[in-house]
This record gives sequence, C-alpha cells and structure tokens, in this order.
Amino acid sequence: MPDVLPENSVGLVTPQLYHFDEPLTLRSGKELKAYDLMVETYGELNAERSNAILICHALSGDHHAAGYHSMDDRKPGWWDVAIGPGKPIDTNHFYVVCLNNLGGCAGSTGPASINPETGTWYGPDFPVVTVRDWVNSQARLADRLGIDKWAAVIGGSLGGMQVMRWSISYPERVRHAIMMAVAPKLSAQNIAFNEVARQSITADPDFHAGRYREHNTLPKRGVMLARMVGHITYLSDSAMREKFGKVSEQLKQASLNLGRDLRAGKLSFGFDVDFQVESYLHYQGERFSETFDANTYLLMTKALDYFDPSVDFDGDLSKAFANSDCRFMLVSFSTDWRFPPERTQEIVTALLKAGKQVSYLDIEADQGHDAFLLPVPRYMQALTTYLDRVKLEISNNAA
Amino acid sequence: MRPDLDIIQKWIEPGSRVLDLGCGDGALLAYLRDKKQIHGIGLEIDNQKINGCLDKGISVIQQDLNKGLQNFESQSFDTVLLTQTLQAVHFPDKLVDEMLRIGKNCIVTFPNFGNWKSRAYLAFKGRMPVSDFMPYEWYDTPNIHFCTVKDFDEFCRSRDIDVITRTVVDIKHRDSWIIRAFPNLLSEIAIYHFSRKPARTEAA
Repeated sequence: MPDVLPENSVGLVTPQLYHFDEPLTLRSGKELKAYDLMVETYGELNAERSNAILICHALSGDHHAAGYHSMDDRKPGWWDVAIGPGKPIDTNHFYVVCLNNLGGCAGSTGPASINPETGTWYGPDFPVVTVRDWVNSQARLADRLGIDKWAAVIGGSLGGMQVMRWSISYPERVRHAIMMAVAPKLSAQNIAFNEVARQSITADPDFHAGRYREHNTLPKRGVMLARMVGHITYLSDSAMREKFGKVSEQLKQASLNLGRDLRAGKLSFGFDVDFQVESYLHYQGERFSETFDANTYLLMTKALDYFDPSVDFDGDLSKAFANSDCRFMLVSFSTDWRFPPERTQEIVTALLKAGKQVSYLDIEADQGHDAFLLPVPRYMQALTTYLDRVKLEISNNAA
Repeated sequence: MRPDLDIIQKWIEPGSRVLDLGCGDGALLAYLRDKKQIHGIGLEIDNQKINGCLDKGISVIQQDLNKGLQNFESQSFDTVLLTQTLQAVHFPDKLVDEMLRIGKNCIVTFPNFGNWKSRAYLAFKGRMPVSDFMPYEWYDTPNIHFCTVKDFDEFCRSRDIDVITRTVVDIKHRDSWIIRAFPNLLSEIAIYHFSRKPARTEAA
C-alpha cells in the first residue's frame, strides 16, 4: 500500500480485455470458438514497432506483472522488481506486454468463465491447454497489437517454457529468447509433485468433480494443500533455514537451528502448528486458495507435465531449435532443486548442438526456484546488461 | 587490442565458427565479430567478465574448463582458442585433446617458463619466479601447470599434433630474429596454431 508510487514504478495500470472470435484449435484437437485475453502493457510502442517485449507468466502468475491497480494494493505486480523505468526491463525504452494465459483465472477465458454454449461455468469442461496453445494465442495477441517481431520474449519456469516454444514455433517473430529457471521437460519427480497437488484438489469433498461453483463452494482445502506442496518445491533448504531461523540467528546459532524457529516459543505436544515454517505454509496456502481457481491449478500443472518440444523431433531437442533465429539467454540458480542448473544446461547443450547463439549464466543464489522472481543482484545486473544491448540494437536499426 | 590477439586474428577465417575458452570480457570475440564476421561463443567462469561479454553482445556460457567440454559436439567449431589459460587448468593435456576434438584447428597461447628471466630468477635467487608478467607467489598462483616452449613442442610431437604455426614473442609481443633464433630462452609468450595430424583423423 504505497502512499506515494515509487519513482521507478510503472505506476497505476489498468488491464485491458481483448476478445478473439477466430476459433483456436488446441493441441488436444479440441477447439475454443472464442476467447478473451486479459492484458497489461507498460511503456510505449515505438514507430517501428520494434521495442516490444513479451513477458510469459509461470504457474500462478497472471497479466499483472508490474505496477499497481490502485493505491490500496498491498503489493505491486509479480515481477515489479524487474519491470519499470530504469529497471532491467526498462519501460522508458521497451513496450512490455503481459497477459493472463488461456485457462487462467485472472480475467482471461478459463474454467471460471461462463461457457457461452451452456450458459454456466466451464469448470472441468474447459479443454486442457498446452504451452503450444498459449503461444499460439499469444501470437494472435501480437497480431492484434501490431507486433510482427518481439524484441524479446522473457519468462521463468513455466514462463520459460513458453519462451522456448516461441523460438521454435515462431522463429521469425523473436529476436531474443530469455528464459530463467527452466527445464526442457519435467522429470518424473516434477510430475510426481504435480500429481500430489492435483490429488489434493480432486480429493477435497468441496471439489464436486470440478463443478464446485454450481455447489456454491470452493475446494479451498485442496488448493491450499496443492499450494503448500508446490511452495516447498519453490524454496531451497537454505532459503527455509534462513527464513525460519531468525531466533537462533540472534543467538548466533543459525547453522544449528536449521530453520526450526517455534511459533509460540515452545512445543505444544499436540498436532497443532509448532514451527514457523508450518504457520507460513498455512498462511500462504490459505491466501492462495481464496484467489486461485482449483480447475486452473489442475490445468496449469498439466501444461507443465505435457511440455516437451522434442516430442516432434524424435526426442532430439537440438532439432527442435533447427529453425530458431533468435539469440538465447538462459539463467539457472544454484539452489533450485525444482529445475536445477543441470536441467537448464540440457537446453544450452541442445542450442549449442543446433549451432545457435546462446549465453548462459549459473547464478549463485540461496532462494531456490523462487530466485527467478527475486532481485538477486548478479541476475538483475546480467538482465540489465543484456537488455541494454537489445536497446542499442533497436536504436541502431532505427537509425 | 592485446598484441598477442592481433597475431591470432590473422589465423581466423572470415565467417568461421570460433570457440574461445576462457574468453574474459569478450574483447577478442567482439574484435573478430566486427572485423571478420565470425560466429563466436565464449566460455568464462568469472561473473564480471561474463558481464563484459554481455555488454559487447558476445554469447558467453558460464562454464568451468576443469569440468570438461562434453556439451560441445565434435568438430563443431572451425577454431578453438585458449589464450593465457593453459597453465591454469587442472589437466592441460585433456583440455588440448578436447580442443582438438571440438575444433578443426586450435590456437593456444601461454607464458614461456623457459624464458631466461625465469631461469635466472630460480638459478640465482633460488625462489619461484615472480615478475610483473607473472605476479603471483607460489602458494596463490592460478598458474599450476607452467611449461616451456620446448615442453610444448615435445607435447605436440608425442601426440601427433600438427603445429601449423609457432610464434614466439616477448612481453610486449615483439617478434624479432633473435627471439626466433632462441625461442625457449628469449620468448615470454608462445603462440601455437595447431590441428590434429590428418593421418590420425583418418584412423579415428
């Protein structure tokens, strides 16, 4: 809740709804006859239309990447640390576009929208969408905005997968592909965590086979559990020790505490919350369950599970990149165990094999997978330096 | 432009693919891109040097040379460069093998430890040589595998490495008849351009 908007904020922003009438054929073979996309933009599109950057959101993100919707907002958009005037993604120079993906629950058409054919919520009838479908819908948005070629497409985690898909499906429309904390596809362990999340939701008695809205309820318990297990995979062991080991830090015993700070200062000898970490996960899970749609969560995890651009190329990812025409920049974080550096390096190796121009940074960071959303100094510096170079390219091309 | 780099650039074909191991801030790759339109990739471990590469628009991979180069395909580059780094890696022999696998030809530069100043330092002072050129004490030096021009000549001979050109210069990278006459004694920097001997390539 800022009293005054920070100078390097994009300020107050208003999302805009774009309606699309042309049917979209999905990878599953199903078709969405019409759909809406909720979009936010920051900065100005230049006369050559060459300074546009697309930001792709991850599992729980949305179109609200930067700035504030009102002066009452508790927090700015999800990647406000990186987007704004003078920030790495500098809105004084770039026209930044971010949208809520199809199947989302923040304004774009998704399970919580009304199906015009039935007059009631899509709910579980909303078709399973894939990263490829999202990118196809994003390409239509680019057409609508008059953007032939993105100066850069940027995303972390599931957002990075969309960036990868852009470079493969629309090589002529991307100049720079920037992906953080990303993997070429999920491992069995990744899928296993997603399945636990899905089971948490579908096993909630309030889920009603996805028709909870008809029953005037929400499977909050299930979404909370799904978020809790997800959240654990976003944090590193070291981040948790740091976050929940504050008491002992005062006692100069941080290394012995392991993040075991107690909530009430003593054990309860019952099954209630004893440790801070439990309380934190409950709080985060509960807040999430109040705003995030359960069916959307199921869809997003499936989009993650299904992602594998090598599938059309005999499992050879380097062949998938054969026609890519952009420069690539990849970033991994040392304590990310959801998509560890080795998984990102698989993409780097495929790009090298395909003979592409690729830069790769392995950033030392304690924050785990979440680091890609945080202002880790060296990460922000690299992003700034890289995009400064992109700015230069744009102004040289215009001259 | 560092003078040794000026010597190297003459051996790079225009438009070729160049891999620079330990590329620093990307100055050489940027020069080769602007002058010879090469397609370059650099490997570097240091954060600030990597930032220097990004600043120049040079593609750079953060990678430790001591952990191998398995992520590079065989014969995927025209030239593989290693400037002033050979003496600092854990296994120079393995690295040179990898360079020959990845590159059609290779360029290596290293400080010649057989130079008379190093010899005199050790002979008369009885201590490991420390100079402006090699300013480290024995315990904190990154240079763990010093060699001489003679050593590297023998290394190449024993491994069927075809030395295309050997250039030896002093610390100011001056090339002179006297240094060429007594390379192991007078040169301070050795610059080798080499490839795998063709016979060996056919056998493999």
